[in-house]
Amino acid sequence: MDLVKPDFGLIFWMTVTFLIVFFIMKKFAWGPILKMIQEREESIEGALAAAEKAKEEMEKLQSSNEKLLAEARMEKDKMLKEAREIREKMISDAKDAAQKESQRILTEARNSIQNEKVAAINELKNQVALMSIEIAEKVVKKELSSNESQKVLVNTLINDIKLN
Amino acid sequence: MHNKINALRITSITILTSLVLLFNGYSFKALAHDESSATEHHEQKFNAGNLILDHIGDAHDWHIAGHFSIPLPVILYSPAGLDIFSSARFNHGHDDYTSDKTNLTYRLHENKVVVVDSSGNIDESLTSAMYDLSITKNVAALFFSAVLMCWIFISIAKSYTRNPGKAPKGMQSLLEPIIIFLRDEVAITSIGKKHYKKFMPYLLTVFFLIFLNNLLGLVPIAPGGANITGNIAITMSLAVFTFIITTVHGNRHYWRHIFAMPGAPVWVLFLLTPIEILGVFLKPFVLMVRLFANMTAGHIIALSFFSLIFIFGEIHFGAGIGLALFSTVFTVFMMVLELLVAFIQAYVFTLLSAVYFGSAVAEDHHHEEAHAH
Repeated sequence: MDLVKPDFGLIFWMTVTFLIVFFIMKKFAWGPILKMIQEREESIEGALAAAEKAKEEMEKLQSSNEKLLAEARMEKDKMLKEAREIREKMISDAKDAAQKESQRILTEARNSIQNEKVAAINELKNQVALMSIEIAEKVVKKELSSNESQKVLVNTLINDIKLN
Repeated sequence: MHNKINALRITSITILTSLVLLFNGYSFKALAHDESSATEHHEQKFNAGNLILDHIGDAHDWHIAGHFSIPLPVILYSPAGLDIFSSARFNHGHDDYTSDKTNLTYRLHENKVVVVDSSGNIDESLTSAMYDLSITKNVAALFFSAVLMCWIFISIAKSYTRNPGKAPKGMQSLLEPIIIFLRDEVAITSIGKKHYKKFMPYLLTVFFLIFLNNLLGLVPIAPGGANITGNIAITMSLAVFTFIITTVHGNRHYWRHIFAMPGAPVWVLFLLTPIEILGVFLKPFVLMVRLFANMTAGHIIALSFFSLIFIFGEIHFGAGIGLALFSTVFTVFMMVLELLVAFIQAYVFTLLSAVYFGSAVAEDHHHEEAHAH
């Protein structure tokens, strides 16, 4: 069979051609092509990695922003709360102070009223006493107008002394 | 006679198929005509076997169309000296040529150059002592594909260096996926990340040379049409290259795997080692036969369908025309299938070469994996 009998000439030329093609291709085609493909892949990979990193950083930044915002919000809430507390305290303090003041004024008023009253009563008492003495004087004057009655009284008084 | 058939094949097929509908109405008339002339044609009986073997085989001239063919240089080296002359001197095998330099007379016998003695008989001893280094049809087609391949890939390499880091354009974007596929799916998968780089130029060259020649083999007109990858000398050369590279790169584990399979009992080694040694040679042999057989078979099938037209045409003109339609459709189908086969066979050859290289450079921990191949 000629078909399965390798022809020497063809083997020779094939070997020569293949070796020439192989070395030409290795130097001028495969070398640059594979190098360029690899370089491009690496640059794409690098770009992707950089993008990924940027994205991560953005996310980090965003999360830190959010954190800051949350902190600010918390601070604001706290401040508001404090302000509210202060306000309430101030109001309550003022209320207390006012109450105390009014109480004090009231007490003072009450005291002075009492004093005035006592003074008035004393005054009244004195007046009454004076008036009573005057009345008594008048009565005594009237009753002791006679000697007889004076004697009776002296006797009575002496009796009282005796009894003592 | 072959030339006549060849001419018929190339020029008539298209005419036949385009006219087939027109002529179908005349088939009965043709029947009567054909029967009367059948006896005249008897001596020129169409021989499909010869046609096919002629096409898939090699030749010393490159047939273009009709009676026109390009004569190719005949280069013969014998102990008497080197003879270089045009194959036109043989006048398609009708004449002998006597060299003035070596005084040897050459003749084209069954497409092979032989030495004849003074009485006109083939001199076997001188013929076997002679080396035929002629630029035959296959060699010329090989040169053409080699130049084409260098041109394609060097121009691509230039466009890579011209705009580095940019997206591929044109031819570049057509071939880059194949190159990356070979690198990622064939080389890295079979050989591993550590060693694949040094085998890449060989694998790429083998793949694209086979692929390009497979495709050119499908083109019916020159400079295509030569059955290069379906020639056993070509596939043998390629397989030998793979064998040499595998053997040269074989590391300690590779040879240990062959001569003393680790983990196998000693008595098993008596059986296993000869098989493994045989396997070393069997692997490239299988590579050689697979590519050769697949490509040759494809050509034979396509040509057989064409031959059917003429076989039936000789029996009955109308049947020949009717069959021309059927055969053309079927040949188109075969061609499409062959396009697939052209890729698959180039891929399989490359993949198996890569697998053999992979087993040669495999490290110890890859042992099971390499063995599975």
